[in-house]
Amino acid sequence: MASRSNLINRATTPLIYIVLLGVWELLADRLKIPTWILPAPSAIFEAAVKWAPELAANSWVTLRETVVGFVLAIVASLPLAILISLNPLARKLIYPILLGLQSVPKVAVAPLVILWFGLSEWPKIIVVVLVCFFPILVNMVAGLEAVPKTMLDLMRSLGASPHVVFRRLRLPVALPHFFTGCKVAVTFAVIGAVISEFVAAQDGLGYLILISTAQSQTPLAFAAIALLTLLSIALFHGIEFIEKRVVDWTP
Amino acid sequence: MIMGAIAAQNAPSQTAAAVPAIDIKGVTKVYAGRDGALMHALGPVDLRIEPGSFVSVVGPSGCGKSTLLRLVAGLEMPDEGAMARYGAPLDGPSHEVGIVFQEHVLFPWITVLDNVLLPADVLALPKAAARARALKLLELTGLKDFAHQRPQALSGGMKQRAAFCRAMLSDPRLLLLDEPFGALDALTREELSLELSRLWGELGRTALLITHDIEEAILLGDRVVIMSERPGTIRADIAIDLPRPRNADTVKLPRFQEIKNQIRDIIFNRAQG
Repeated sequence: MASRSNLINRATTPLIYIVLLGVWELLADRLKIPTWILPAPSAIFEAAVKWAPELAANSWVTLRETVVGFVLAIVASLPLAILISLNPLARKLIYPILLGLQSVPKVAVAPLVILWFGLSEWPKIIVVVLVCFFPILVNMVAGLEAVPKTMLDLMRSLGASPHVVFRRLRLPVALPHFFTGCKVAVTFAVIGAVISEFVAAQDGLGYLILISTAQSQTPLAFAAIALLTLLSIALFHGIEFIEKRVVDWTP
Repeated sequence: MIMGAIAAQNAPSQTAAAVPAIDIKGVTKVYAGRDGALMHALGPVDLRIEPGSFVSVVGPSGCGKSTLLRLVAGLEMPDEGAMARYGAPLDGPSHEVGIVFQEHVLFPWITVLDNVLLPADVLALPKAAARARALKLLELTGLKDFAHQRPQALSGGMKQRAAFCRAMLSDPRLLLLDEPFGALDALTREELSLELSRLWGELGRTALLITHDIEEAILLGDRVVIMSERPGTIRADIAIDLPRPRNADTVKLPRFQEIKNQIRDIIFNRAQG
């Protein structure tokens, strides 16, 4: 009985999706909605098969920009987070500026970044870095400072040096926060990549969406959007997968 | 017997004329409140702890007894007064002092054994010897089977036992216990205080226990120091002449009840005043 109810539980979510797709298919067919406005799932699937090589090549471009930008954002934000949490002066000088910059809609900066860095892959990667940087930084700083006072007292009573306190206490306490930041950032990263592809690009899923809608190839645009969604979900779960292996304790 | 080697270093019967483990005179502590108002938390307090003795401090909550322990631990500095530890000025934490806090303060990301080994890690003590000692301590407190598990696998009482092992790892000359059973249920509390009484008999070292439980204070202490309400000062200092080893039967002795009533009267009178 238990395994059976478990099976039903696990089947519920995919089942809902299948039912929704079925309703969509049926409505598109019955209401005679033009394909260029809202294509039926079957039409989207057909387009996806037909344009498979283009979709794959452009997915690869977007995935590469997203991942490279995301990793660079981690590399850039971690040392800064550590500096801010350890050095009161750095905190006073840098943190307000960073918090101010965080409020700037990074997407609005995308045309400028492209103006400055040209039409290579780099401006797109830089937009991704800008978008990912703050959630990771802010969460990491919060994490490094989320150490319970009792634990600090314990370390002090043992005569631990700041270096040991950092390595043995602050870092492990910060890890779950770091992953929270990463999960927020990676979703933003995909958005950042697509937006910069909208602004100026010759490839990528954002570019594909732009030209296919311009040419009334709506099913292809939908296929690209579906792929972007899958990409985003896959990246999110990828981070969650790593998190579960690294943060293997319950606080 | 298991701990023979460990206990030998700190035999309970040391020369009476030895330098006091703790000697504080005229110590006061004032905190600045959130609104800037000063809160006189403690003192002036004089307290002397002889080596090898177990001193219990009881008092109502908020009387500054935890502040007293933090001062003795070197975690905070007094505003007035002089403090000495084994004859030397007390101006900070020392690895000669082991502390058991009210909360277990175990790190959830490492195993129970690694938690017990934390002082060795921080002090960079020889690994093999520390490990052997940690395992002995865990065996002594019935936690050996949990050594390689995370603290989350332990009950509240077991966590506090592990915290005790950690405090004992570096073989401290002085053990400070800040309401170590305060966060536990009544049954576990009683069980653990009896266990601590037994352990103290075996390990025999100087200890300062902060508690609001009178029975616990009497059961464990050679002396019970009674503190007044805030600002905490010492109301009375009573020698406990109950025989050792003390166990569950000690609590039933008429003398135990006598002392308990005496302490209650002192605290009660103060409350009326």
